[in-house]
Amino acid sequence: MATTADTFQAHTDEHHHDADHKPAFFARWFMSTNHKDIGTLYIIFSIFAGVIGGAISGLMRWELAEPGLQILGQVSAWLNNGGTDFDQQLHTWNVLITAHGLIMVFFVVMPATMGGFANWFVPLMIGAPDMAFPRMNNVAFWLTFVAFCSLMLSTVFPGGIGMGAGTGWTVYAPLSTSGSVGPSVDFVIFSLHMAGAASIMSSINFITTIFNMRAPGMTLHKMPLFAWSVLVTAFLLVLALPVLAAAITMLLTDRNFGTTFFDASGGGDPVLYQHLFWFFGHPEVYIMILPGFGMVSQIVATFSRKPVFGYLGMAYAMVAIGVVGFIVWAHHMFTVGMDVNTKMYFTAATMVIAVPTGIKIFSWIATMWGGSLEFKSPMVWALGFIFLFTVGGVTGVVLANGGVDDNLHDTYYVIAHFHYVLSLGAVFSLFAGFFYWFPKMSGRMHSEWLSHIQFWTFFIGVNIIFFPQHFLGMQGMPRRYPDYTPAYEAWNYVSSWGFPIMTASLVIFFINMIYAFTAGKKAPANYWGEGATTLEWSLSSPPPYHQFETLPVIEDHHSHHDAIRPASEQSAH
Amino acid sequence: MNLGEIARNRLHILPFIAAFLALLAVPQLSLAQTAGSAAPPTESSALAPVADAQAPNVADAEAPAAEAAEGSTTDAALDGSGYTPLGPEWIKGAPTAGGLTFQKQYSPDGQYALGMHDYVLLPIITAISLLVLALLLWVVVRYNRRSNPVASKTSHNTVIEVVWTVVPVLLLVAIAIPSITLLARQYKSPPEDALTVKVTGYQWYWGYTYPDNGGFEVISNMLPEDEAIARGEPPQLAADNRMVVPVGETLRIQVTGADVIHAFAVPSLWFKIDAVPGRLNERTLMINEPGIYYGQCSELCGARHGYMPIALEAVPRPQYEAWVRSKGGTLPGDAAAEPAAPPAAAPLQEPESSIEGAPGAGAPPAPADEA
Repeated sequence: MATTADTFQAHTDEHHHDADHKPAFFARWFMSTNHKDIGTLYIIFSIFAGVIGGAISGLMRWELAEPGLQILGQVSAWLNNGGTDFDQQLHTWNVLITAHGLIMVFFVVMPATMGGFANWFVPLMIGAPDMAFPRMNNVAFWLTFVAFCSLMLSTVFPGGIGMGAGTGWTVYAPLSTSGSVGPSVDFVIFSLHMAGAASIMSSINFITTIFNMRAPGMTLHKMPLFAWSVLVTAFLLVLALPVLAAAITMLLTDRNFGTTFFDASGGGDPVLYQHLFWFFGHPEVYIMILPGFGMVSQIVATFSRKPVFGYLGMAYAMVAIGVVGFIVWAHHMFTVGMDVNTKMYFTAATMVIAVPTGIKIFSWIATMWGGSLEFKSPMVWALGFIFLFTVGGVTGVVLANGGVDDNLHDTYYVIAHFHYVLSLGAVFSLFAGFFYWFPKMSGRMHSEWLSHIQFWTFFIGVNIIFFPQHFLGMQGMPRRYPDYTPAYEAWNYVSSWGFPIMTASLVIFFINMIYAFTAGKKAPANYWGEGATTLEWSLSSPPPYHQFETLPVIEDHHSHHDAIRPASEQSAH
Repeated sequence: MNLGEIARNRLHILPFIAAFLALLAVPQLSLAQTAGSAAPPTESSALAPVADAQAPNVADAEAPAAEAAEGSTTDAALDGSGYTPLGPEWIKGAPTAGGLTFQKQYSPDGQYALGMHDYVLLPIITAISLLVLALLLWVVVRYNRRSNPVASKTSHNTVIEVVWTVVPVLLLVAIAIPSITLLARQYKSPPEDALTVKVTGYQWYWGYTYPDNGGFEVISNMLPEDEAIARGEPPQLAADNRMVVPVGETLRIQVTGADVIHAFAVPSLWFKIDAVPGRLNERTLMINEPGIYYGQCSELCGARHGYMPIALEAVPRPQYEAWVRSKGGTLPGDAAAEPAAPPAAAPLQEPESSIEGAPGAGAPPAPADEA
């Protein structure tokens, strides 16, 4: 029978019946057109980048454990070919914090959520054989990899008083233009250009796939919430990234071609850069968290054996967060010297986002209410997420008030806020998704016991790092400082001790991975039980190289947004 | 997408629209209220009790003496007509070791903001966090697999969904009222005759210019650590030449940047404003009590971003005028002519950004003939 799957055949007719035939190693991993393999590449890449970004933050916390400069001399010597001049050491600090931010945002969270989990599971969840544009999928991955290389390369070129770009991940002009002499910032700009282009390509792919390749019977209102989260995120990326591209291109021309977009002496305005950057930058933070929201929805439903409470409310809350997220950007610029009405508007608009977000938190709790909860490790991570994201979110409500933000802007309170929603929000959702889907992806069961230990160690570690930073911020400690007056020592010392505890949990994670790949039991198709009702659980673990060559037909049994029991034959393994 | 389903979901969207409109209406109300009134520093609205009940003392040189550790030397700083820099016993605006909350506030808007945080924001966010934690713990205990082996199938409840949409909206409105009021207060223009101080951020120090007093500029660099400790001041906060201003008067602070963006901040006065090149930002500041108030640059500006602190010294008017004279400045009542010569004691410091090849120097400007 002719199905749409026929037109997506990657193989010739003689391989038509063998959906598990894989290409040879180089073709498979360097020229992939398979969404699952590309997803795997992204996940491995993001773990690798995460280790580097995390190691940098370890150096930062080590330096900040006590007043005075301790290790910056050694790091500067390494970065600057032996140079340990005071200003070089301080520039090195700025390079560290810049690299930490850029790596975590662009090369850990985004590749892991969108490149990794979305690529793996959106086609599976909607019953599609692959993404709409399999080759562009691969281009996006390798472009992301090259972008990361460009960022690493920026550290071997001068960028001011020493090697590397010391501008902060926000790359504000004029510090990044006339204030950073040398090619380093140009390499950062190229890195962002490429990473941004890759994300745009991926987003085009997701939007097209979700709109056009859902299996028969799967309407948008029956689609799993993870797919919804990816759809909204893809739209945010497509709309926001071009503005970043414009902003950083203008930086490039200001730096190299004599333009003065952000130079007042030429009629430009540094504040223009900030508007353009944050017009991207605010949607970016929702880009980082929305897929996490989607994963948490899937996990909470699975381990409560209950469908998500208020499905449409959850889906449209994400849409609302995405839409309103585009009109609040200037809350990142409250102290730039804005007019009172503007400040009042952005205060009010920012507070509005708390409403759909609160709806989600309460809906997750309502999903569990009356359910039958099993505390497997993904569920434990998801529960941690719900609580800690709430804590991070409410400090965001404090910061939303422009008048109050005057005393908190650019202090450690902001650092505490965004690390709570990111390191304790997005990262928790990443681990939740990882342990939820790892056996499906690898075919091996991880150790649940090690995952639980990892969870508690990580939980304790990151809370010790970031909770005291609220106190430091309220007491006035500014961000991006390598050293501080002795009054800030106590909480800095405590905060730094959280880091080795967090590192221990990551060691446990890697041990768990080694265990899984050497001694882990083989994973069945559905290893979580009756609560796992989305389509990926109907496939083997790992799924065949090509799945759904004959599309599943989604029937409407009881709850209409659980897509189960595909009516046609699966590619068996 | 099904239009019927969208229409049925409109209920979800109505509270958003209502909240939005309500929040947009409030600024008009608060601006109208504050337009005609002169607010004395201790005024507090019904919703935001002032955390610190200490009344500002404008010209009373006696009150600080009660706080002074030593008698005669501190009084000498504030009485008579001479000027001596305040000693470390006058430090009021500085972080405390192990501090858990904001620094004590010494300006009226700062006291209002602190009150709003401590009595409106902090209780609400604590209650929400504890509520979510309690609900999660309850769910874990009551609905775990052993306690509740059969899951219910409930996935909707219109009443609860309306409640958890409307209640947060009401909480946000409760927060927005003092919040918008605070903004309106912070943006009240200073009186025309308010003293103007122009702050310029350089890489990596501050310049304080006094246009109403002859236009002299005071350059303020961080004190090295041993020097700060020798003077009894906190390292990394202490500066050589402080920004001296009269206490108890409304000040007009104008801030700009010379090279890159810096930010002028004083946490104990709830004051922060960016110093942007090519832009002159203006804010109002009023300091309640004489004392020393520290702050730090709050926008990444290059290598020594962490090493360009702000030290404000608020003294009664007579001492301020004596200080102005000691800097070669003039006072409004002075006989005209005779522009003040820049005093030899405080030579103008060239910003590093203008010296080619210096660490803070940017790229040399393009030759004038390039289009």
